[in-house]
Amino acid sequence: MGRYIIQRFLWMFFVLFVISMITFAMMHAVPGGPFTQEKALPPEIIANLEKRYHLDEPYWKQYLLYIDKVMVPHISKDANPEMMDEALVGISLPGGNYLRWINFGPSYSSRSRTVNDIFREQLPVSIQLGIISMAVAITIGLPLGVISALKQNTIWDFLGMSVAIFGVSMPVVAMGPILIWIFGVTLKWLPPTGWGAKPPFTLFFIPNTIGSWDFWKHTLMPAFAVGTGYSAIIARLTRASLLQVIHEDYIRTARAKGLSERVVTTRHALRNALIPVVTILGPMFAGVLTGLFVVEQVFGIPGMGKYFITSITNRDYPVIMGAVLMYAFFLVVSNVFVDITYAWLDPRIRYD
Amino acid sequence: MTNSEMMIPEANDQQKERSLWMDALYRLAQNKASLVGGGMVILLVLMALFANYIAPYSFSEQDRQLTDAVPQWVTVVFPTIKSYAEISDKFSLGADYVGRDILSRLIYGARISLVVAFVGAVISLFIGTVYGLTSGFFGGKVDDLMMRFVDVMYAFPSMLMIILMMAFFRSSFAESEPGTLSYVMNSIDQRFGGMLFIFIGIGITAWMGTARLARGQVLSLREQEFTLAAKALGASNSRIIFRHLLPNVLGPLIIRVTLSIPGYISTEAFLSFIGLGVNAPTPSWGSMISDGAVAIRTYPHQAIFPAIALSFTMFAFNFLGDGLRDALDPRLRGTQ
Repeated sequence: MGRYIIQRFLWMFFVLFVISMITFAMMHAVPGGPFTQEKALPPEIIANLEKRYHLDEPYWKQYLLYIDKVMVPHISKDANPEMMDEALVGISLPGGNYLRWINFGPSYSSRSRTVNDIFREQLPVSIQLGIISMAVAITIGLPLGVISALKQNTIWDFLGMSVAIFGVSMPVVAMGPILIWIFGVTLKWLPPTGWGAKPPFTLFFIPNTIGSWDFWKHTLMPAFAVGTGYSAIIARLTRASLLQVIHEDYIRTARAKGLSERVVTTRHALRNALIPVVTILGPMFAGVLTGLFVVEQVFGIPGMGKYFITSITNRDYPVIMGAVLMYAFFLVVSNVFVDITYAWLDPRIRYD
Repeated sequence: MTNSEMMIPEANDQQKERSLWMDALYRLAQNKASLVGGGMVILLVLMALFANYIAPYSFSEQDRQLTDAVPQWVTVVFPTIKSYAEISDKFSLGADYVGRDILSRLIYGARISLVVAFVGAVISLFIGTVYGLTSGFFGGKVDDLMMRFVDVMYAFPSMLMIILMMAFFRSSFAESEPGTLSYVMNSIDQRFGGMLFIFIGIGITAWMGTARLARGQVLSLREQEFTLAAKALGASNSRIIFRHLLPNVLGPLIIRVTLSIPGYISTEAFLSFIGLGVNAPTPSWGSMISDGAVAIRTYPHQAIFPAIALSFTMFAFNFLGDGLRDALDPRLRGTQ
């Protein structure tokens, strides 16, 4: 088991490495550089800027420089607090040394900020919305699935699954404007755009305004728009899994023992039926995060999605690379997590 | 199913004399959901095919006198519009911000969504099946290498990849010199209103799930007696793959691909929404929603009509996919 986990983690690094190469190649294949603007800058200035960011070096060297900054921990003497900030991980070591790790570099389009600054300010917004969307998906999806399974082939089952189909059939691009029109424009209950939390965030992502309606009123519509689609997936999976479990022998045994129906379903059936549901939540969260690109665009939320799209039009190489790597990291970690959970839950799965 | 001529060897093991595909077709016809879904899809396809005859106007024809005009009935549904809008019954769903007929654009927009749906499905089915079959059939080192590649691609955040690729295609191919491949591709893309690059973008990310599924199925099938029997009779590899394995794995693959069609449709809508999808005058529901969303306070119908059309289409395909699954693989009934 230990070997298996180590293997999976080594694989994870390999995947991230390959992804960084593909992204780097594709990004530089797009013509124009970060400093090509409508109002052309004098060539000397561009040359200087490119020198400053090592863009005049050959591509392979630029790539190696980038990987070195991101992946390799650097230890140095200088205690400049601004420099500390450039790295996502900065630890002071004994003897006046500082260790910096994961430095995604500066952003070209907003030159006063580093990519890590952008992550610190924009990524938490995406994570907040992602978590709330997941919560919406689970609170709608789970009961729907359980009711549909327990009342299989009744009107409740039919209703539950119809809601699920409607859920997956409403993409955020369609649902967003409809929600905005109903609750934002006509009823004026909720603000149509914007976000109610600003940095700094506690513990990386918890907003300081979490207790106020001002924060929640901005989250309801986007979280609902994202959540319904995923709630449908959860509902279907829960229903399928519960139906399978309900026909197992141990459920019959539990019933034969004279246990009440409630105990049988909650203790025996549901607990086992939820295993596959719980294991998909990890990758689903990673999927929700990348899927937020859509909803952030529709509701004008200042998360990573909006930033990524503008960074592509601006050829802001470090932001593009950083965002792709960050999201790929989420995806890979959640997949590795699922592999390990499965191996742990089901001894029949081979570890090699 | 149009594959009714495709007979499967073991179908005869069942007591019924019907082939597995006929059986599936029969069950499909029994399933109300799939009939409703299938009917809706056929309706949409007809609408898209005969858009030039059905649509009252062309999708790019402008009436500059009637920008943002609304017909009488829309002001009943959306009462706020009445006070400021130009009311004209010339366009039955109103006109957009440059005076184009929304109904005609909706009808033509079905073309984009459906073409993306079918091309996405075909690419995903074709590449995924060939890849998965090869990988699973040869096994060993080949399988290892091919599946590792899929694993890497799987970890690529697909939405980011599509956006990145669209930006890449849109800007780099547009500036290429005549005579190069990228120039040819760009001119084809221009001809089809920007759809070629959407196909490529969706195609590149769509096949991996199908490949995994096909491989998994083949892995279990190739250990079974009928494969061994075919081998013992001296059948070539390609004959075993295409005559014996493929018909057996096609069912689950078709289900999977049908159920992923709504995903392709919404991806296209999103790309057009953020301006990386179809080119300007070509109507796409995504770009129509995007245009309408700007005026959501004043003319909500401009965004809501295409949003309804988009949801309706995805609903139809979801229904059809669910029905297909129940029909082709009864063991999975009601699952997933």
